[in-house]
Parts: sequence; C-alpha cells; structure tokens
Amino acid sequence: MIVLEKRPQPSKAWSYATPLVAVLATMVFGGILFAILGKNPIEAIGTIFWEPLFGEFAFYYRPQLLVKGAPLVLIAIGLSLGFRAGIWNIGAEGQYIMGAIFGAGAGLAFYPLDAFYIFPIMVIAGAFGGWLWASIPAFLKVRFGTNEILVSLMLVYVAEQMLASVSLGLLKNPEGFGFPGSRNLQSYESAHNAELIAGSGMHWGVVTALIAVIFAYVLLNRHMLGFHIRLTGEAPRAAKFAGVNPARLILFCLGLSGALAGLAGMFEVSGPSGVVSIDFNVGYGFTAIIVAFLGRLHPVGILLAGGLMALTYIGGEIAQSQLGLPAAAIQVFQGMLLFFLLAFDLLTNYRIRAAHSEVA
Amino acid sequence: MDLGEINPVLLIASLMVAATPLLLAAIGELVVEKAGVLNLGVEGMMIVGAISGFAISVETGSPWLGFIAAAIGGAVLSLLFVLLTQFALANQVASGLALTLFGLGFSALLGQGYVGVKPPSMGDIHIPLISDIPVIGPILFQHDPILYVGIALTAAVWVVLKYTRVGLILRAVGENHDAAHALGYKVIKIRILAILFGGACAGLGGAYISLIRVPQWTEGMTAGVGWIALALVVFASWKPWRALLGAYLFGGITVLQLNLQAAGVAIPVEYLAMSPYIITILVLVILSADKSSAPASLGRIFHASH
Repeated sequence: MIVLEKRPQPSKAWSYATPLVAVLATMVFGGILFAILGKNPIEAIGTIFWEPLFGEFAFYYRPQLLVKGAPLVLIAIGLSLGFRAGIWNIGAEGQYIMGAIFGAGAGLAFYPLDAFYIFPIMVIAGAFGGWLWASIPAFLKVRFGTNEILVSLMLVYVAEQMLASVSLGLLKNPEGFGFPGSRNLQSYESAHNAELIAGSGMHWGVVTALIAVIFAYVLLNRHMLGFHIRLTGEAPRAAKFAGVNPARLILFCLGLSGALAGLAGMFEVSGPSGVVSIDFNVGYGFTAIIVAFLGRLHPVGILLAGGLMALTYIGGEIAQSQLGLPAAAIQVFQGMLLFFLLAFDLLTNYRIRAAHSEVA
Repeated sequence: MDLGEINPVLLIASLMVAATPLLLAAIGELVVEKAGVLNLGVEGMMIVGAISGFAISVETGSPWLGFIAAAIGGAVLSLLFVLLTQFALANQVASGLALTLFGLGFSALLGQGYVGVKPPSMGDIHIPLISDIPVIGPILFQHDPILYVGIALTAAVWVVLKYTRVGLILRAVGENHDAAHALGYKVIKIRILAILFGGACAGLGGAYISLIRVPQWTEGMTAGVGWIALALVVFASWKPWRALLGAYLFGGITVLQLNLQAAGVAIPVEYLAMSPYIITILVLVILSADKSSAPASLGRIFHASH
C-alpha cells in the first residue's frame, strides 16, 4: 500500500524537476499517440523538437520562435501574477482580441497619415483595450463578488463576436473588394510593427515580453505588492492580517494581465498578422495558461516555457507538412503537458511512502 | 423584418431542444459540486462526448449506442480529472482547465474523418392522441427520447439528493469533508463516483448537440455551452429544479436570438450571437450576492493525513 505524506516544506529539487519530468512524460505519451496515428514516433518527436532549432531550414524557423513565443510569454506573465494570488483570469484570449481591435483601430484612424507618434498611440490603445476587457470581471468581482473565471471566459465569446463585427464592418478595408478584414498594417509604415533587425524575428512585442519578464521578477521579489500577491496565494489568512487589500489586488492582477494580453494582440495584429480578420486569434490566450503553469508561475520559468511551447507550435507545423501529422495532435500534445505537470507536482508537496501495516 | 414569421409553438418546442444539452451538463456538474468538487472541465467532457457519440452512432447506425458511447467518453475523460485532483491532489481549477484544453484538442483529433458526415436520426416520440393535441402536443409530446431523459434525470437527482441516504452522504462530503471522513464515509470514493457521473452527463449533453440539436460534427462545436452550464449551477443555487428552469431560460434566449437573426431584425447578427454570453454574465452578477447555498467544501483538496 502506498501512502502520501505531506512534506513540511515543498521540495525545492522537485519544484525544478517537475517541468522537466512532465516534458519527458509528454514526449513518451505523445510518441505513443503519434504511433497510434501511424507515424514513426521518434521521427515525429524529432521533427517537433529538433527540426526548428537545428534542422536544414532552422534559419527560417528560429526567428519564428520569437514571433510565436513573445505573445505567449507576454500573456503568461500577466496570468501568472493573478494565478499566484488565486485570481483566475482565463479570458486572456478575449483580452488579446480586444487589444488587437483597439490597437489596429487607433492606427487605422490615422490612415494614411505618416507620423512617428502613431505606433506609440497604438501601443497605448492596445494595452487599454485589454485592460478594459479584463477590468470587467475585476470590477464585477470586487463590487458584486461575481466569479471571475466564468465572466472572463464568457467575455472571450463576446470578444470573438466583436472581432467578427469589426472585420465585417467598422474596420473593413474600403479597398478590399468586399472581402472581410481590415487594411494590412504591414503596408502602412507608421503603424507597422516591423522587425527591428531584418530576418531576426525580433519585433517590439519580443522586446516588451522581455521587459515584462524583468518587471515581473522585480515586482515579485523586491516589491511590497509582489509580496502581497505571493502572500495572498500561499497564506490567505496571514495576508488578511498583513493588511492586504484584496480589492486592490484583484483590480491590479486582472487589469495588468489584461493590459499585457492586449499588448500581445496589438503587436501581433500590427506585425506578424497585419490584418484584423475573423480568424485572427489562434488560441494564444489559452495556450498561455499552460505556459504559465509549465513555467511554475515564475517569470524566468515562463520565459523558458514560452520558448518550449513556441517550439511545439512551429515543430507541429513542420510535422504537419512533412509527416502529415494532424494539427489537432499538437493541441493534444500541449494539453497532455499540462496534465503531466499537474500530476507530477504532487511530488513537490508530498512524499510517496510505502506504508507499513497500520494499527488502527 | 417580419416578426410575424416566428411561430410561438415552434419557438417553445425548439427552446426545449436548445436547453437539453445545458440541462444534462448542469445536472451532472451540480452533483459533482454537491460532493464538494469543482470540475471546470465540463466544456472538454462535452466536446469529447459529442464526438464519441457522433462517431459511434455513425459507425453503428444506432443513435442509442452513440449516446451510451458519449456517456462513457465523458466519464473516461473525467477519470483524468479524478487522477489529478483525487490522487495527485492537484489544484481543481487548473485541472479543470487542463481537461477542457485537452478535450478540445482530443475531440478535434478524433473527429477528423467525420466532418460533413450526417449522423443517423433518432426520430421523435409520437404517442397517439396525446402528441396530436394542438399547441400542447407539439410543445411537450413530440420530442426525441433524450430530452425526456434529461427531465427524468433532473427529477431523479432531486429525489436522491433530498430524500435518500446516498444523497445525504454526498451532501455531507460536500459540506465538510473532514467531518464526513471522521464519520467513516469514504470521501475520495464518493467524490470519484460523483465526478464520473458528472462526466457521463456532460458527455450525454455534448452528444445531444452533435446528434440531435445540430446534427453534424464541427470542431469546437460546443462553443461555450459547458461554461454556461457551470454558470447555470450557480444560477440554480445548487438546486436541480432551478437548473431546469435556468436551462430553459438560456435555451429560450438562444432560440429567440436565432429566430431574430432569421427574421432579419435590424440588430447586427454578431450582437445577437453574443447575447447569451452577456446575459449569463448579468445573471451571475445578480445572483452572486448570495453565496450561502454553495457547498462549504467546494474546491478544497481533501487529504486524510490529519
């Protein structure tokens, strides 16, 4: 008989090891899944994890890592602050969409003016859009005690309808021959979030993501507010005695994560994507939840996890074109990762012991 | 715009159809939450149920086997939630999200060969005389059997929770798991059974969408119904009959906005389509003031070491 014994202190070693163990377990079970789908598992796993970094066309894929990783890291950093304090924003996908709509809308309002201040205004508008969308569940939670999980999630569906509405109406390209979707921001220089160094994949979103990582690290380790966030998550009663203002914390955590998700959406629409269209969002807001947990809600961990998740996106696309692996298989693969992570986290807090025959 | 084209009898009849997936999922989740477990994976279990039911009924030609497969599919997925929350003692919110993310991907993978396929039809019940009564007949007595299963399930859950010993134990576990454990009840075992029941119900609800409501398979076709079902449990204050009422209310909104879209009302389609989600939020706001009826141990991890 096996019993669990609660550790007096969470194990440091296991806390670092669980993400690695989870990735390995996902590779094994993912391999089994690929084998069931009739693919060579070793080849498939190799294609996903090796090809984008060191394969023949790595020069093309490596910049893509930054492009895909930046929004994931940016969103996950915001989510992690809330998750630490037990504030669950799971509507980042909606905030990402609203950031893109606000950002692109602000830019297109100036079209075809050429001025240096347009892009900064778009950045502010994008962050504002995300902040606004996340502030709805925050305000409702503070004022009425409404569950922020359900409200933030419902707002994703509302945001998707908004996206459809503006791509067919308000932001539709007047010269687009009636097709849905906005003007391409890539061909509007003042609003284009171009690569800072050509061919590197490095755009303003990547820079912002790195700044966000540093900011979150400093906040959590060197700032009173960060201490309050950690305290609320780890010892809610102690937090109460320490005078933590829960309403302020909710407004801050949800608002900031919304603003970061909005920024991610804005950088995406003005850069790699270029167009506000019905199928603009691809689920970064949900994948970022996995990234946040995989990074153990730690800024540096999230940076690494974001890179790994970007790798599975790109590797998945390669495996799709080269091996005919279905796109959904990668989604399953990513979901599995979260499963194993949560399961192995047991070892951080508990010790597994073989029980001796118990005397009642 | 022609509102006169909306037939009130058909509207109410289709309202009941639209409400049934919500009702099935919500009743399952209600039992799970009564046992003190918060499973946010309803959406994931529904979509897996939707595709398992669809695939099996297409392969076998029998919608009944499809529904059985859907219940099994939902329960099997909920088994993953059991492993995470009851054995690995993982956070229930995170585990539920994992279930939904995994379920959405997994169903898309299973459903690849089934896009555009037409499932076998279940056919409506037709009772001579009763079904032919004008107005009442088409509204109440001309539906598919699963719709009545949903209502029967609601009644059964109500009776079991309110009047039986099993229901009493389930509620005890949900209200105070430490006390229930001290009394000698197997907290983990009871919770596992509740979670499996919730998974099976969500699976049925999903299959109702893919086999009867729509009926076809598209990726992500549950479109948030699982999440609305979670909101519905709060709306119902954890009471089965109020869940039925809530499901019909939401079903009514969905059907009404679809009818308004078809009738060509001056409101843009997108705004009509977002209305069920906005109304869910409004309802949550109105009802969130009173949390007294929530099971006291909801979402808390139980570990029998102390």
